[in-house]
Amino acid sequence: MSVVHVDQVTKRFGRLTALQEIDLSIEEGEFISLIGPSGCGKSTLLRVMGDLTDTTEGKVIVNGKPARQARIDRDYGIVFQDATLYDWRTVSKNISLPLELARWDRKRRAARVQEMLELVELDGFQDNYPWQLSGGMQQRVSIARALSFDPALLLMDEPFGALDEMTRERLNMELLRIWEHSGSTVVFVTHSIAEAVFLSTRVVVMSPRPGRISSVVQIDLPQPRTAATREEPRFFELVTEVREALHLGADEPGRERTEATA
Amino acid sequence: MSAIAVERPGERRAQTVLRATGRVALFFVVLAALWALWEGYRALWIHEGWTRPFVVDSSTMPHVHDIFRALWRHSSSGTGGRLITQLLKAAAFTAKEAAVGFALGASVGFVLGVLLSQSRILQRGLLPYVVASQTVPILAVAPIVVVYLGTLHVAAWFSVAVIAAYLTFFPVAINTLRGMHSADRRALELMRSYAASRWEVIWKLRVPSALPYIFAALKVSATASVVGAIIGELPSSIQDGLGGKIIVFNQYYSLDPTQLWATNLIAALLGIAFFLVILLAEKIVVRRAPENLV
Repeated sequence: MSVVHVDQVTKRFGRLTALQEIDLSIEEGEFISLIGPSGCGKSTLLRVMGDLTDTTEGKVIVNGKPARQARIDRDYGIVFQDATLYDWRTVSKNISLPLELARWDRKRRAARVQEMLELVELDGFQDNYPWQLSGGMQQRVSIARALSFDPALLLMDEPFGALDEMTRERLNMELLRIWEHSGSTVVFVTHSIAEAVFLSTRVVVMSPRPGRISSVVQIDLPQPRTAATREEPRFFELVTEVREALHLGADEPGRERTEATA
Repeated sequence: MSAIAVERPGERRAQTVLRATGRVALFFVVLAALWALWEGYRALWIHEGWTRPFVVDSSTMPHVHDIFRALWRHSSSGTGGRLITQLLKAAAFTAKEAAVGFALGASVGFVLGVLLSQSRILQRGLLPYVVASQTVPILAVAPIVVVYLGTLHVAAWFSVAVIAAYLTFFPVAINTLRGMHSADRRALELMRSYAASRWEVIWKLRVPSALPYIFAALKVSATASVVGAIIGELPSSIQDGLGGKIIVFNQYYSLDPTQLWATNLIAALLGIAFFLVILLAEKIVVRRAPENLV
């Protein structure tokens, strides 16, 4: 059974068609990247999956139920581009926020927070406030928080977009390690072709106006991925393939264009 | 790396001490400057015989040292004791009214702010009246409150506290309302993704986000509550507070202006004390990135 099933989803904001008749199925344990130019609706698609925004037409099924029910059942964790940590909570209090809301008792929360701190290698920083951490560390806290309650699905909206290249590559490795460890399904929005190819099992290429899926590239690089993966010829071939798909999607002639207001 | 990790604790303590010393020094420098300004203005106007904007003499601008000296004299109003003892007693009385009024007003303001933030209809319907309440002069409201609460056999000082609360609640209500809407959009979406209830969103996100705004209002309200208590004492003919003292020393002004000035000084100090308490509470309660403080 697929974890996410997007069925003929269309999303309009006024006259702007952000998503048009999207079909996408994501299997358990997959790592899916959504890539495309600005305004192609990749973030909107992610938000539709998380029931952070309604669909105009079509439906989204997560874990065999409507997205709304999946949200209420806390089936997914989400990570935004900004770490979105609560300033007034320490690192460990930030990580335990979803657990508090899910009514875990204090002892269980403490144990899980410790486990998460070790997973994202922030043990020793639990009593710091977010603003005392670097951007990369903040984003690791945000990932720990998203994974703390063992969601089946992890939604990530350009989580490393605001970080420098070095930090980004290091966090890519960490994310893969965490993904293997947790066994969850990941949907990852990014601008970076190399990042998408390196991380994913499948890359979904989107094109704008109206936002739709222009192609899907299967990434057959061996698991587990390592630093050496980035230097393999197959890696470069796939990067080229995704890049060409992106350009093809953007330049495809004769497609109906909706007036964009934004 | 974190800024905390690279700074050694010893250095930090030394810096804190240095900064505190600097602040205290600055305080005294400004105080001395104000003193010099007062005395200089006074000396110049008297020497030149200038009468604009007002005639300067010992009744309009007594010497600063005379004002302080008056504090140690026995009062001319004949109620006995040194003026400072009388004034401190009066200040303590007024402080009680102001503190109770402040607590009352801040609570009402906070609840009102939270309530209004949760319903657009409530906000549209009630906000005009909340604003209107502040356009009514406090001197007109005070006697009504005193008479009304008097019929309920409430202690007179409590009526004054209610008047102080009337001045206090407004800034708190308005800023709480503003602060409740200041929560980060992504942080709200995060709460939605955790299926948090409205109540949990209020307590775990909106109120903490509003705290810097609320404290900004509390600082305004803290001093306003002291003013409110003093004004409230006037129509309720309470003699035990600073308001009572002001009335009495007003009558003696032509005889001895320093007593009224001394009373004003104590009233100002009381207001400052209230302000500092809130400042301290803010430092303890509000945990925010330095750049995100309001």
